Amino acid sequence: MRRGKTGEPSELDLMAIACLLPSLLYVFVLFVYPFLYGIYLSLRPLKVDGFSLANYIAFFTDQYQYKTVGITFRLAVPNTIVVVAFSLLFAYNMRRGIWLERTITTILVLPISLGVILLSQGILGFYGGKGWFNQMLLGLGILEEPLVLTHNFTGVMLSLFMQQFPFCFLMLLGYISGIDPSIENSARTLGAGPWTVFRRVMLPLIAPGLAIAFALVFVMSFATFPSAILLGQPTGATRTIAIAAYAQAFEMFDLSYASAIAVIMGLFQLAGLLVIILLRKHMVTAATMGVGKR
Amino acid sequence: MKETIESLRFRITKRFGTKTVLQDFTLEVRGTQFITFLGPSGCGKSTALNIIAGLIPATDGEVSIDGERIDHLPPEKRGFGMVFQNYALFPHMTVFSNIAFGLQLQRRPAAEIQERVRQMLDLVQLPGFEGRYPGQLSGGQQQRIAIARALVLHPRLLLLDEPLSNLDAKLRIEMRAEIKRLHTSLGLTSIYVTHDQVEALSLSDWVVVMKDGILMQAGPPQEIHDQPASVFVADFMGFRNFFPTQVVALGPDRMVEAAGNGMKIRGKTRHPLSAGASVVAAIRPDDIVIGGDAGSPNAFRGKVDIVEYLGRDDEAIVMLEVGGRLWVRTGVRVTPGENVTVVLPPDRVIFLTSEVPGETK
Repeated sequence: MRRGKTGEPSELDLMAIACLLPSLLYVFVLFVYPFLYGIYLSLRPLKVDGFSLANYIAFFTDQYQYKTVGITFRLAVPNTIVVVAFSLLFAYNMRRGIWLERTITTILVLPISLGVILLSQGILGFYGGKGWFNQMLLGLGILEEPLVLTHNFTGVMLSLFMQQFPFCFLMLLGYISGIDPSIENSARTLGAGPWTVFRRVMLPLIAPGLAIAFALVFVMSFATFPSAILLGQPTGATRTIAIAAYAQAFEMFDLSYASAIAVIMGLFQLAGLLVIILLRKHMVTAATMGVGKR
Repeated sequence: MKETIESLRFRITKRFGTKTVLQDFTLEVRGTQFITFLGPSGCGKSTALNIIAGLIPATDGEVSIDGERIDHLPPEKRGFGMVFQNYALFPHMTVFSNIAFGLQLQRRPAAEIQERVRQMLDLVQLPGFEGRYPGQLSGGQQQRIAIARALVLHPRLLLLDEPLSNLDAKLRIEMRAEIKRLHTSLGLTSIYVTHDQVEALSLSDWVVVMKDGILMQAGPPQEIHDQPASVFVADFMGFRNFFPTQVVALGPDRMVEAAGNGMKIRGKTRHPLSAGASVVAAIRPDDIVIGGDAGSPNAFRGKVDIVEYLGRDDEAIVMLEVGGRLWVRTGVRVTPGENVTVVLPPDRVIFLTSEVPGETK
C-alpha cells in the first residue's frame, strides 16, 4: 500500500481503491446485483401487471408450499445442534493435541474433499436397505428387518452431518486451540476441576466461535438441496424450501414465484442468525472479550 | 488458617519422546524460602515448575510435601498458587471475579470473599480496581492482579513462572521489589523461574542453576555469584573472560598458578587440583584493572579494539599481545587503538575444571 510521508496511510489512497476494485466488482456482479434483481423479480408476478405481493401471499396461503418452512427447520435445527455439539466435543478434547492427531484429523476432514454427490452415493450404498451396514447387523442377528436409513429424514440428516461436521470441527479446533493454555492452567491451580474449567472459563471464551459455528452450519443446513433430493423424499417428508424454489423455477418455469420463495428462505435464515446472536449476547455479557495484553 | 510447608522434596525425570528434558532433577526445600530455578531457555526450569504444579506429568520421580507424596494429585488438589508469564487472567471476568474465582470454588461466604478480595487489592496496591476487566489494565497491573489471585487462597507454595519477563525494564525492577515484599511479609515458600541472573540473585535465598535438564549448581546467591562451580555457571553469572590453561604450581590458601597460550595466570580455586591438570581461568570484565605495572603478576599488554560507552563505565575489548581478547569494564576512559596494560587481580581470577563456554552453549 502506498503511504504518505509520515508513514500513515494517506487519506485518499487511489492505489488501495484500485486494488479493491476487482473484489468490489466481483461482489457487486455476483452477489449484490442478482440479489436485488431477485427481490425485484419476486415482486413482479407472472399473472399480475406491475408490483405485487401476490407471490408471497400465494406461498403463505398454500399449505403444500408453506409447510416446507417447517420441514426445513426440522432438518436444520437438530442437525445444527448435533453437528456443533459433536464438533465441540471432539475439538475441545483435541485442543492440546492427541496421539495420531494428523491421521485422525485427516480422516475426519476427508468427507469435505469428496463432494456431496459422491458422499450421498456412499451413504446410499453403505446405509441402504441392501448396504453393508444393514447386512452386517442382519448377519450378526442384531436385526431381523433392515433399518430404513435412506430416502427419508434420517438419510438427509446423515448426509448433512457428514458434510458439515468436518468443516465445523476444523473451525472450532482452530478457535479453541488458539486460546492460551495458561488461562486454563491457572484455573486448575486455583482449584477448578476439568468440568468447572470448561463451564466457567473455556466455554465463555469459546462462545464467540461457537456462535459463528452455529450460524454457518445453520445457514448451510437451511439451504440444503442435493442431500434432500438424493437421500430424502423430495416430494414428501424432506421437501425443503430450496426444493420448493427449484420446482417453481425449473418445473413450473415461474421464476418470479421462485424468487419470492428464495427471498422468504433468506429471511428465515436471517431470523435464525438473529436468534443465535441474541443467545450469544445472553450467554456472555462481558464486552472486553480476549483483549488481555499478551 | 494459612498453611505453611515444612519441607518440599522432589526428584523429577521428564522425557518428551526420546528427548530428556529433566534428568533426576532433585531438590529439598525447608521452611519459608525463596527458591529460584535459573537457566537459559530450554533448560527445563519451566517444565520442572509445571510438574511441581501438577500441570504436566513427570515421566519418573516423585514430589512430596512434608513427607507426603503429592505427585498423584491433580493441580486443583495441591493447594499451590501459580503466577504465569503472560498473567493468564480470565479475560471475560472482572478483576473482582478473577480474584474471587478460587474462593467461590471453595464456597466461601460472599462477605468473606468481598473482604479478602479487597484486602488483596490493597496488598498489591490496586484498591478500587474490582470492576475493571483485564484488557483495561497495563501489563504491570495485570501481573499484580495475577499475584493477588494466587495469594488470596493462602497457598502453601507459590510458583512463579517468569512473571516479570513480559514487563519493561523499569517496571520489572519495581515488580521485583514488590514480589520480594509480598514474599517476606506473608512468610511464603516460593519457587521462582527465571533466565535473568539479576532477578535470581536479588530475590532468592537459594538459587538453582540448570542446564539441559540437569542441576548444575545450587546454593545461596552469594556463593553462586562468587564461586561458580563450572564454566557454564560462571558464564551465566557474568564471567566473560575464559582462558584454557594447565596447572603449573599450587600454592597455599588455594592459590593456583597456571599457564597456557603464552600466558601465566595466578588465581584461586575451590576444586582439588593437581599439577598438569587442564583448568579454565575466568574473570569478570569489571574485575580487570586498566593500567598498573607491566611487570607485576597477571599483567598483560594489549591494544584497545572496541569501546562501548555505558554511562558511568566503558566496556572495551582489549586484544592481548600474547593472543586472545579480553572484555574489560572500567571507569578509566580508553580509546580504540590505545596500547594499555591490563591487570587481572589474582584474588579475582578463579580456576574451573570444565570446558570453555561456546562448547557448552
